Amino acid sequence: MYVKTERHPDLAPPVLEAGALAWARKNLFSSPLNTLLTLFGLWLLWATVPPFLSWAVINANWAGDGRAACETLPGEQAGACWVFIKIRLGVLFYGFYPEPERWRIDMAAIQLFAALAPLIAASLAPGRWERGLVLFPAAGALAVLALCGPVPGLVAAAFLLAPSILCRVDFTRLTVRLPTNPLLRAALAAGVFLGVRYAAQTFMPKAADSLAIFSLVLLFLAATMGKAGPTRWRLSLLVFVFPFISFWLLLGDAFGLPHVATDQWGGMSLTLIIASFGMSTSLPLGILLALGRRSTMPVIRSLCVAYIEFIRGVPLISVLFMASVMLPLMLPPGTTFDKLLRALVGMSIFYAAYMAEVVRGGLQALPKGQFEAAEALGFRYWRAMRLIIMPQALRVVIPGITNTFLGLFKDTTLVAVINLMDILGVVKSALADSQWLGFTKEGYLFAGFAFWVFCFGISRYSMQLEKRLKVKR
Amino acid sequence: MTTQETHHAIEITGLHKWYGDFHVLKDINLQVPQGERLVICGPSGSGKSTMVRCINKLEDFQRGSIVVDGIPLTDDLKRIDRVRREVGMLFQNFNLFPHLTVLENCTLAPVWVRRMPQREAEELAMHFLARVRIPDQAGKYPGQLSGGQQQRVAIARCLCMNPKIMLFDEPTSALDPEMIKEVLDVMIDLAESGMTMICVTHEMGFARTVADRVIFMDQGEIMEINTPDAFFRNPQTDRAKEFLGQILSHGFDETAG
Ligand SMILES: Nc1ncnc2c1ncn2[C@@H]1O[C@H](COP(=O)(O)OP(=O)(O)O)[C@@H](O)[C@H]1O
Ligand SMILES: [Mg+2]
Repeated sequence: MYVKTERHPDLAPPVLEAGALAWARKNLFSSPLNTLLTLFGLWLLWATVPPFLSWAVINANWAGDGRAACETLPGEQAGACWVFIKIRLGVLFYGFYPEPERWRIDMAAIQLFAALAPLIAASLAPGRWERGLVLFPAAGALAVLALCGPVPGLVAAAFLLAPSILCRVDFTRLTVRLPTNPLLRAALAAGVFLGVRYAAQTFMPKAADSLAIFSLVLLFLAATMGKAGPTRWRLSLLVFVFPFISFWLLLGDAFGLPHVATDQWGGMSLTLIIASFGMSTSLPLGILLALGRRSTMPVIRSLCVAYIEFIRGVPLISVLFMASVMLPLMLPPGTTFDKLLRALVGMSIFYAAYMAEVVRGGLQALPKGQFEAAEALGFRYWRAMRLIIMPQALRVVIPGITNTFLGLFKDTTLVAVINLMDILGVVKSALADSQWLGFTKEGYLFAGFAFWVFCFGISRYSMQLEKRLKVKR
Repeated sequence: MTTQETHHAIEITGLHKWYGDFHVLKDINLQVPQGERLVICGPSGSGKSTMVRCINKLEDFQRGSIVVDGIPLTDDLKRIDRVRREVGMLFQNFNLFPHLTVLENCTLAPVWVRRMPQREAEELAMHFLARVRIPDQAGKYPGQLSGGQQQRVAIARCLCMNPKIMLFDEPTSALDPEMIKEVLDVMIDLAESGMTMICVTHEMGFARTVADRVIFMDQGEIMEINTPDAFFRNPQTDRAKEFLGQILSHGFDETAG
């Protein structure tokens, strides 16, 4: 018989082989094949990296302000001509947006950055930043104040600092007072819409429609947010309010700003506009389509299936062509339909179909019991989806959503087929400048680098988000 | 407790349900007076869950009628809402919302369905969390709790909606033996407060101490309705005898009481 009389003590885990050499032996030279691959990899690095660095950095021309700065003297090694990019930086970012109005793009960009920065900072170092988070919006508001003047500064301050104030307000008090009857709700919404539109006709007729829609969005926010933390407010303002601010800012014809037609927009700013519009519309549309595809109502389900399968079956280019060529044919003659708007619509209907399938994957991963528990507690369909099902489903598919977003971001270059000047278009037109022939490499490298910076940012952010949300489960 | 003592909490008459061709529930007739504690038992697949889920319309039924607290259940969404306000439900695998904290799990429905101010809902939630004896876990996520704690949170979440009737669908069968007692204790506490309870369970100790009546179901039919004492001592049907024999021989008995 065996009886244990003493408890075994808890030991520290065994120390793995340490040191650089041990690591190298284990990871790089563990087998003949592995050794061969390592050597090949080293040779590849040696053959490509130094020449590239010497061209792109060491021998590159950074200073100067003309073609002459980039002449390669005899005996000198060829280097990149970043002067070419430096001189074009304005066009590369702003496109052909009139120079005196460029501050409007700056202002939108600063606001976007200041609104995003706290979200990113919070996800990179959760907890530690919480107190300082208000600094980013404050700094953004100050930057706008300094660069763009007092009125834009005040607008920016109101927008950027609002989350810190709104999170103290308990909007459930308002929600409770709103009518539950759908007819009354519709009547209230219509009343607000028409009222604002009528009032706006007198002082800002060109922006009356957008103001009226904006007031509806505000009403929706107030009715649905309840008591939310600053992060949720920041995100909601970013998604629901910022687009309106930047719409008025960039297009003008409102709040005393002169009109800038969309065919003057271009460059990186246009790329960002198309990408962010595409992302922020394709996700909600995709969610609706995914829910539709799982609906118990046969008509809705088959419509959604047909839409998704049709769109997924055609290339984006043809969707853009259709939006550009077919839509004007279908609309009554005489209606002008902005070229940029066509591209935006094309992008979002295309990517909505992809997003729908990603979201559906998340929905399928959820146990049925979640919806049943929501039902048993008295939740109706939409509210259960919004508060219980979607937050979980979307969490599961963050990698898929990120993937689709990255695809979307890079596919913005396809708007070239309908003659919009996104960053690639601007680079191309700069390359065609007879004074600056022969700087193709620099041009495309810069465009590629710009894309990489944004895509890498998106991908890192999503990884952090995933990690942080996983902790909570 | 209520002003209308005249009607039953639940009245089921001539209920039939099919899944496709499969006849799951056959001619169920049952009246549950207010404040009664009813235990339902029966072999797996006998339709216990299906019947209980019909009461708050998680399942449709094809024939017969169910009247809950005087409200006849139809396809009308308004009525279903009203019934679901009266009826709370506990599930075998808890079904807490994993993306919300324990406190948020409890306040979500009061705020969004009952339209209660957040502050008030939080106070209510803390009150019930204290009652199920886990007020200190309010800030945690369900995934960080043990099964027994999760089921108690689920009970608190139900209670926050102030139901008149509670349905339990095998609330302890997904739990490790040492956690069953903590959940049963809370349920006994509830029973003593006068709540109308319908409880699908094989915890015979619980049934003996708490139940007013025991129902035995087999193959979609109610085979026997009896007092717990009579049912356990002397079951009338062969199926019930066989079933009890199996349950007892597996040592399920006397885990609570
Ligand atoms: N959604 C469904 N579709 C088809 N058959 C089902 C479904 N749900 C349950 N059943 C069947 O109905 C019968 C009763 O199930 P259930 O009520 O869960 O039994 P119990 O809870 O008594 O174990 C079982 O035979 C089961 O296979
Ligand atoms: Mg069951």
